[in-house]
Amino acid sequence: MSTAQILFLIFSAVVVAAAVMVVLSRRIMRAALWLVLALFGVALIFALLDASFFAVVQVLVYVGAIATLLIFAIMLTRGVMDDSKAQLNRGWPFALLVCLGLFGGLVYILSQWNRFNSAAPALPQDAYDLTLFGLALTSPDGYLVAFEAASVLLLAAMVGAIYLALEKRGN
Amino acid sequence: MNPESYFWLIPLPPLAAFFGILLLTWRKRTLSHWLALAGAGLAFLGSLAVLWRAFSIEHLAEHPFGVSIDWLPAGSSVMRIGAALDPLGAVSLAFVAVTVLMIFIYSIGYHNHGQPEGKDDLPGLPPRGMEMMDEHGHTVRAATIEPMYSRFFALISLFAFAMFLLVLSDNLLTLYIGWEIMGLCSYLLIGFWYGRPSARDAAVKAFMTTRIGDAFMLLGLAALYSLTGTFRFSEILGSPQTLEILSTSASGVLGLSWAGLIGILLLMGTVGKSAQFPLHVWLPDAMEGPTPVSAMIHAATMVSAGVYLALRFFPLIAAGWQPGGPLTAPMLFIGAVGAFTALFAALIALGQDDIKRVLAYSTISQLGFMLAALGIGAYVAAAFHLVTHAFFKALLFLGSGSVIHGMEHGAAHSGEHLDPQNMKYMGGLAWKMPLTFAAFLAGGLSLAGFPLLTSGFWSKDEILKSAYGLAPVVFYTLAFAALLTAFYTARQLTLVFLGQPRSRAAEKAHESRPVMTWPLLILAVFALIGGLVVKPFEHFVAGMLPHELLVELPESAVPVAVSVAVALGGLLLGWLVYRHAAKGQPDPLESALGPLFRAFHRKFWVDEAYQAVILRPAAWLAETAVARWIDQVILDGILHAVGRFTLWLGELLRSKVDRKVFSGGGDALAAGAQLAGSQLSGLQRGRVQEYMAGGIAVLVLAGLMVLFFLNL
Amino acid sequence: MIPLSWYLILAALLFCIGLFGVLARKNSVAVLMSVELMLNAVNINLLAFWRYLYLTSTAYNGFVFVVVLFAVAAAETAVGLAIIISAYRSRKTVAAEDFTALQG
Repeated sequence: MSTAQILFLIFSAVVVAAAVMVVLSRRIMRAALWLVLALFGVALIFALLDASFFAVVQVLVYVGAIATLLIFAIMLTRGVMDDSKAQLNRGWPFALLVCLGLFGGLVYILSQWNRFNSAAPALPQDAYDLTLFGLALTSPDGYLVAFEAASVLLLAAMVGAIYLALEKRGN
Repeated sequence: MNPESYFWLIPLPPLAAFFGILLLTWRKRTLSHWLALAGAGLAFLGSLAVLWRAFSIEHLAEHPFGVSIDWLPAGSSVMRIGAALDPLGAVSLAFVAVTVLMIFIYSIGYHNHGQPEGKDDLPGLPPRGMEMMDEHGHTVRAATIEPMYSRFFALISLFAFAMFLLVLSDNLLTLYIGWEIMGLCSYLLIGFWYGRPSARDAAVKAFMTTRIGDAFMLLGLAALYSLTGTFRFSEILGSPQTLEILSTSASGVLGLSWAGLIGILLLMGTVGKSAQFPLHVWLPDAMEGPTPVSAMIHAATMVSAGVYLALRFFPLIAAGWQPGGPLTAPMLFIGAVGAFTALFAALIALGQDDIKRVLAYSTISQLGFMLAALGIGAYVAAAFHLVTHAFFKALLFLGSGSVIHGMEHGAAHSGEHLDPQNMKYMGGLAWKMPLTFAAFLAGGLSLAGFPLLTSGFWSKDEILKSAYGLAPVVFYTLAFAALLTAFYTARQLTLVFLGQPRSRAAEKAHESRPVMTWPLLILAVFALIGGLVVKPFEHFVAGMLPHELLVELPESAVPVAVSVAVALGGLLLGWLVYRHAAKGQPDPLESALGPLFRAFHRKFWVDEAYQAVILRPAAWLAETAVARWIDQVILDGILHAVGRFTLWLGELLRSKVDRKVFSGGGDALAAGAQLAGSQLSGLQRGRVQEYMAGGIAVLVLAGLMVLFFLNL
Repeated sequence: MIPLSWYLILAALLFCIGLFGVLARKNSVAVLMSVELMLNAVNINLLAFWRYLYLTSTAYNGFVFVVVLFAVAAAETAVGLAIIISAYRSRKTVAAEDFTALQG
């Protein structure tokens, strides 16, 4: 086993374990902290994939912003859910069955695919020029439409979120 | 900055003002009128700079300013729109910019800015004024501010935008857009006091009547585009080949050439917009709007737009005509309509008592002068009269508004209930309202064509001179109309300003505020000095036409003598007849002319004739013929028969088929569905997570089935 | 070297764990967190495909997808939390199974 493989196994074990805890832990605040760990683990996986830029963005956006937002929401809605009782609803065995079925199905389909075990090509020297990526993102010949769509989405989400969360006067 | 590069921006400030007032400042009256003034003022300053440059260029007609862009892809070609400024556009821009700005300023005073808000003033009605205590403790009636003040300024800003757009267009399409926006604005502004039924009717009448003309114009426009593939003036009117082809190919309608047909169709638009017989009926009724609107519609913008269009398309109208040769069909058409209307409307004006209606008919008459001149080929004279008329008629309308304001004040003080627009109750106002009198006198003399001093004399003299040389019939008609013009002008001046006051309101009337009188005085200056620029004007505008269309007139003293004689004679006669007009007596002309005067007074019964010939039959057709006979007897009869048959068939099916087969089966079906529903409703608990689990389970199953059965 | 399959299996596992959370957790905030896990699984997939199959110096498709997904995730969280808080105000609960307005 190479070092990379060992690293990958460690990281993925962390990610999976943390993810399981997110789903299963009784205390919602702990679930949020487990989520932070899982997201960190994903950032490490990104780094293993030579996508160090996205590893950083992952930490910034998910750990820095989204997780913080979630913790805020938890604190705002605290005390309404009884932490001592079961945190899964009654239909959870069925849900588990569905998820296992999905996982099995996915792995089965993937295993039929002839490039499933392909190895990574060597990273070319210029494969990862962020300046070029930035230009491609904003140039009309590149991905401007996707970029603009994402910005519109963000704007709409922002407006919607503000409107929804705005405390109505008199309520 | 170079005026050539930004002159196309001139229409935009008023448009911006319109939207600004409409969206932002409509609650704030002062801010709104400042915004409107800023819009008009910017347009005015821009026009000034552009015109300064335009007038200093020697060959503007050959090299007009122009910018254009590709706008609308239309099949294989692309419609280009843009702006252009040639001599005709330049002189039109000049009078539009000045009169619009003056009207805007005047409107501030006319709508009582600075006065308190009336408690029982309603939007849609003129402000009624209210009782107030003055500093001595007396109760006085004071004027109150117009309730829809901001709306007024928004609408006239839009109106101004449309006129600028029309004047600066280099193509028929944007011209038509401006034309129609003006139609809309005139509807909204004539009906500005929509609380009054008469204003509502007048608005609808103006809109519908001009629409008749516009429909024909649209046909002409479409024909022109389908034949030439372009809307641009320079490509249609500036190309002798195109005109040659249009004027020689037959359209198949009434034996006209295409140029003739399109010319007549476009001129129908002019007839509607410029209120020529038989579509003149909307204009006098349009006096229901506030007076600045009347000035706007009848002097600066809308009616001028009609004549402007006719002038613009003169090369098409006159295609195939040489001076001295037979007139083309459109020229004959517009010449006849114009000359007839000039005389017809002047006669009606003699019998009107309402100060604004006299002016309205005089406008119709003067527009007839212009179109008659155009019809006989006197292009330059028509253009010149258009410009001078815009100034002095705007002045007269605004002056009449000032008079009405004074009379309203007087009536409020004296407590009389009278029509403040009726000239029978006026008299002697010259000493009460000296500034208004001075300005009105300048405008009136200009309208009457008072020799040498006034611009109206020069422009009317031009028309008469051309008519004398080109078409004697038109000359005699117009000369008589000019005599009548001078006469009714003298009648109006005498009745309103001279003699003794014929009501207590007239005794108590007083001068309007400076914000109203200053625009009057400025316009008065324009009305007087217009005559000084005859020669340069002719030279400038004549550049618009190719050389062979310019008329060389023989020098003759007859037309000048005639125009001096009719102007002075008419004025003198009018003064002599009306100087002793007293309260309660019938009009002196009425006793002299008898039934003829009644015909003038009732406007030759044109409205009544339309009522009898068009509206009543239409109503009869709708109510009696269609509703009662066709609809109720024939159609209803058929329907009833069908209905009875269906009922019978239905009863048969019901008893024999439905009860036995469907009813029993249906009941069973319904019971089954109900049972299934009650069983299945347990699944429908509104929990998103359950739904989603179910959905994904189905998805997984479906995926597995695809895998197994299709062996993917 | 790590074969592509490892990444894909990791992503599938993460996705299914997240899905289980979405389907089974009572607390709607926890549901949102599980959605984040699923989105991250997708991101791992995208970057893995980019690294193994589409690694050229000019094609940024994988990158662009990931960037857009980041935006989607942020938007989704913001709106989701806003909805939860708004629902919490009116119903005094954040339990997903209590939100039954869809019931027929």
